[in-house]
Amino acid sequence: MADYKLQTPLSEAQVRQLRLEDTVTIDGTIFGIRDATQIRIFDERIAPPVDLTGSVCLHTAPGVRKLPDGRYEKICIGTTTSTRMDRFVPGLVEQYGVRAIVGKGGVLEASVQAMQRAGAVYLAIVGGAAALETLQIEEIEQVWWEDLMPECLWKFRVKDFGPLILAIDSHGNSRYRAIQERAAARIAAFEL
Amino acid sequence: MKTIYDTIETVARDLYWTALKDIPDDIRAALKGGLDAERKDGNSTAEQVLFTILENIKTADEHDTLVCQDTGLPVYKVVVGTKAAVDIPELKSRIQRACERATVEYPLRSNTVHPLTRKHTGTNTGQGIPIIKLDFAPGSDCIEITMAPKGSGSENMSFLNMLNPAEGLRGIKKFVLQCIFESGAKPCPPMIVGIGLGGTSDVAMQLAKEASTFRKIGSSNPDPDVAALERELLDKINQTGIGPQGLGGTTTALAVNIEWAHTHISHNPVAVNIQCWRGERASARITADLKVTYGNGGL
Repeated sequence: MADYKLQTPLSEAQVRQLRLEDTVTIDGTIFGIRDATQIRIFDERIAPPVDLTGSVCLHTAPGVRKLPDGRYEKICIGTTTSTRMDRFVPGLVEQYGVRAIVGKGGVLEASVQAMQRAGAVYLAIVGGAAALETLQIEEIEQVWWEDLMPECLWKFRVKDFGPLILAIDSHGNSRYRAIQERAAARIAAFEL
Repeated sequence: MKTIYDTIETVARDLYWTALKDIPDDIRAALKGGLDAERKDGNSTAEQVLFTILENIKTADEHDTLVCQDTGLPVYKVVVGTKAAVDIPELKSRIQRACERATVEYPLRSNTVHPLTRKHTGTNTGQGIPIIKLDFAPGSDCIEITMAPKGSGSENMSFLNMLNPAEGLRGIKKFVLQCIFESGAKPCPPMIVGIGLGGTSDVAMQLAKEASTFRKIGSSNPDPDVAALERELLDKINQTGIGPQGLGGTTTALAVNIEWAHTHISHNPVAVNIQCWRGERASARITADLKVTYGNGGL
């Protein structure tokens, strides 16, 4: 287990070195995406209006206040369940070059394999810990697709964003899979 | 002159904010207990997760901010004293107005959409929302309101099975453990497991929600057989090793709460509803002379 402090954008070499249970904090910018954002990209086939190569994407829909000058002030920014958006992960990492997905709940086997092929990782944040997360997001820098509010495409500037736990690496290993396989075996052994 | 309805509206608005900011004492104590247990067992990831959760609660206290970004679907449980002079349709309309005000005045993220068009109402209210659960207290002239902003990650982990009577208690246990396995990391464990037994299908689901969302941790069902099942299932669920955030550990659930109703000879209904670690709820009692007492997660 090692601790890493990474600056965005991320390279393939940076993510390939990460191993399960390493902890990571991120400085730089991260993108916020959710169900509606990815339905637009992948189901409606509308390319994102910004280059996501080497980026870190967070599964979120923030609570915000719109300011008179059109910018957005953060109210509360936290993380939603990634598993619901599992089917979009291969496209994000293989088609758009996303290097890390930050979420909670994990993603499934096809996504684990896509991350292995593309060189990408899944970083688990503590779900529900949005008071901390909101402090670590310094500013909402940009927003696209405001008609999807709050599920727009967001760009956040972050400082010491984390601690994030490396839960799926780029070598085909998933902590979620290991924990669930162990749980299945233990449940099967219970005397009921 | 301020009326009972004005007070209801203000209290119902403030309870929405309080529930989102101030984690109930029973939940805090259970999370702290989980942290101590994981530390003792040497589960470093689980310890880090629970430490972050407690730090987050402290941060929300210190900065007077929301604990989690999910402002949920608003659920109000309202117990009206039979001697309280209130018009129920007016009470319901004031609680709806309270949700709109809580959302616009803060502003809170609105989550409420049409189920087909997915069009937002923008106010955390709409058709059938807020959810208002009414009950009556004989002889009382008070109104008690408990508010729970039910988050989606945990609510998506809802299950119903109309088992055969022949599957019995074993079938009930097997189904609950299967639900926990399927939920895994998704509902933000450590979770509170609500189980509804008996009734018709809709009653079983309502009992499960009452158990997951409105019952305090540390309470047990008054029926000793049901209480024994609560203890057995909590023990087994924590032996699965799913742990905090599904990243491994012994603190998978903070509590298993069961509520029950009698049922048909042909039925064996089991409903499961999960609440996330934040277990958010806030309560208040309004007396006939409009005095308000607030309770941290219950009265």
